[in-house]
Amino acid sequence: MSVIILLLIASITVASLFLGFYIWSVKSGQYDDEQSPPFRILFEDSPPVKPNHTSAEINKKINAS
Amino acid sequence: MQIEKFHYDNKIVKYFAFATAAWGIVGMLAGLWVAIQFYYPAISLNYPGTTFGRLRPIHTNAVIFAFVGNSMFMGIYYSLQRLCKSRMFNDKLSWVHFWGWQSIIVLAALTLFFGYTTGKEYSELEWPIDILITLIWVVFGINMFGTIFKRRESHLYVAIWFYIATWITVAMLHIVNSFELPFSFLKSYSWYAGVQDALVQWWYGHNAVAFFLTTPILGLMYYFLPKAANRPVYSYRLSIIHFWALIFIYIWAGPHHLLYTALPDWAQSLGVVFSIMLIAPSWGGMLNGLFTLRGAWDKVREDPVLKFFVVAITCYGMATFEGPLLSLKSVNAIAHYTDWIVGHVHIGGMGWNGFMAFGILYWLFPRMWNTTLYSKKLATNHFWLGTIGIVIYAVPLYWAGFAQAGMWKQFTEEGQLKFQFLETVTSIIPLYITRSIGGTIYIIGALMMVYNLYKTAKQGTFIPNEAAEAAPLVKNTSHAGEYWHRWIERKPATLLVLSLIVVVIGGVLELVPTFLIKSNVPTIASVKPYTPLELQGRDIYVREGCYTCHSQMIRPFRDEVARYGEYSKAGEFVYDHPFQWGSKRTGPDLARIGGKYPDSWHYNHMMEPSLMSPGSIMPRYGWLLDDNIDTALTAAKIRAMQTLGVPYPAGYDKIANKELMSQANSIRINLKIDKIQTPANKEIIALIAYLQRLGKDIKAEKKTEPAVSQ
Repeated sequence: MSVIILLLIASITVASLFLGFYIWSVKSGQYDDEQSPPFRILFEDSPPVKPNHTSAEINKKINAS
Repeated sequence: MQIEKFHYDNKIVKYFAFATAAWGIVGMLAGLWVAIQFYYPAISLNYPGTTFGRLRPIHTNAVIFAFVGNSMFMGIYYSLQRLCKSRMFNDKLSWVHFWGWQSIIVLAALTLFFGYTTGKEYSELEWPIDILITLIWVVFGINMFGTIFKRRESHLYVAIWFYIATWITVAMLHIVNSFELPFSFLKSYSWYAGVQDALVQWWYGHNAVAFFLTTPILGLMYYFLPKAANRPVYSYRLSIIHFWALIFIYIWAGPHHLLYTALPDWAQSLGVVFSIMLIAPSWGGMLNGLFTLRGAWDKVREDPVLKFFVVAITCYGMATFEGPLLSLKSVNAIAHYTDWIVGHVHIGGMGWNGFMAFGILYWLFPRMWNTTLYSKKLATNHFWLGTIGIVIYAVPLYWAGFAQAGMWKQFTEEGQLKFQFLETVTSIIPLYITRSIGGTIYIIGALMMVYNLYKTAKQGTFIPNEAAEAAPLVKNTSHAGEYWHRWIERKPATLLVLSLIVVVIGGVLELVPTFLIKSNVPTIASVKPYTPLELQGRDIYVREGCYTCHSQMIRPFRDEVARYGEYSKAGEFVYDHPFQWGSKRTGPDLARIGGKYPDSWHYNHMMEPSLMSPGSIMPRYGWLLDDNIDTALTAAKIRAMQTLGVPYPAGYDKIANKELMSQANSIRINLKIDKIQTPANKEIIALIAYLQRLGKDIKAEKKTEPAVSQ
């Protein structure tokens, strides 16, 4: 059963990596805005370039579909 | 701000999509072929490569790594580019990844067909292919992380977090579970043995489910479901929370595959507890997905893509509720080794993985070919066929699982076991037939999809490079002019984490050799290494995939001890590289088969199982009677085992073949007494030697000395 040491080391190494990623993500502001990402992915980035959307336009687009 | 123009690579997505569909059909047909063998074993054509033991791993590898694998890459390559607002980091790497992965699949099919297998579930591929998998995975990682680093969108959408977690964890799992010592160009022995091997195997095996079949597909769900419904994710915050919870908890669930086995109790309990906790983050994902369709359910009525996604997510929820329940020891006592587990697996595999792949294919093809889906009606019919197929597949297996477990455990009033093992098999044959009908319906649906997608592509014009524009990222200057104390507060935490990782990596590199080649002090003094002939026989057992139908782990239940003998102890398996505890009892447990039947019984049984067991569905193994033992490898095998810590005497490899022939000869004489004429060097002799050894060692101990346990 001593193999559990290896599994613990491997798992905790990866967990530490994830912890590092988590700390980085919080500190670099990944979660500062939780409102726009779900909407952002719904827009295509094909040209021509669209003007900046107002929230009214965003709402209209969502409600129309 | 200068807007940059670039193009998304659709060609690589197209190729992964074709591979997904093609391997999906291949993998499902392999599944159907093995399913029919349960009630019509002759359909294996009596050819070694297509018996259940070898074909089942071909099926699992095809559906997991070829079908779901390619579907994952298809979805990631499409969504990652658009989420990062950047083309893939390097086109050449994309193609190395694609062709590399398909080569792995072809090599897998060939090697598994010819019996080159490690004998460990979902990790059957031998060491040269394991190395290739590592290389291609690294290529994929460079391409993926490179794209993330050159992104034009600073926020990493939740799907990308799932992709990152998938990549890192699969890398770790594959490497750790693939520690094996080669002894020939295509064969190796697991570094781990017995209980240790079992734990590593199921730490890997369950996390293969978690990080290959679940997390990447959840990532795909978070992209493709909102896109298909044109609705934002229900709760972005929930998606972040359940992501982090899921990836932390999942790793610990592995031991639920080993409940009531010789794995130490505390490890079993750990697995149970974490498996129960897993319900929360899993259902977080399901609810988030389903609630995204709030106010859009009228679209589900119209759109086959959304239909597939809804059922996929629902099956995900069912499977992730059933899984934790199956992890409760009391439920597991009934379900383990039965078809209930197979039913559970296929709800997830056909429902979640299959339907997500189908939905994404139906959504992608019209887009990439700049057209509409050829036939929405056909796609809707596929949806209904697929759903019905899943139900007709799973329900008979639940029934079969309960029926068989109930029959195994039933005693007469006099205290005898009521049913012979074979009776429990023949009684569920009608359920096996029904299951294969369900699978066939599911495949018909998939074939309809292939036709539909083909016609869609034909009527459209493919867009190999999709034009896009976005502004580049501005370098983050928000920390300019901050108070110095905050600067120090930031760095040390990161520094601490990084140093910890470095130290731990160093520790791993130092400790690994000592733990893996640990001189195994036998916990049971009477347990001895396999003789050379028995070792050859064991390797034949592994080659033919016997563990896919036969377990070697007697649980401490009254009915199992009555049917098979003393329950299995951890110390009995210290020399088993790899362990062969098995996961399923299509046939009886073999842990204490040694000495139960004469050698001639085994000879006749392997030649024609129904001779010894009328009504048996076991395939024939006639070639074992004709083929010679590969004695050229005996010495290498002994030396490999010695390196792994098995206490053969020094120089034993030189006399190993002599010992082998001597033992083989005595078996030949035994067979001759029972009127069976055979040369001593046939593979059947080696297999008989191995089978006759199983479970015998601790019986010897009772006669000679009191039990020594440590």
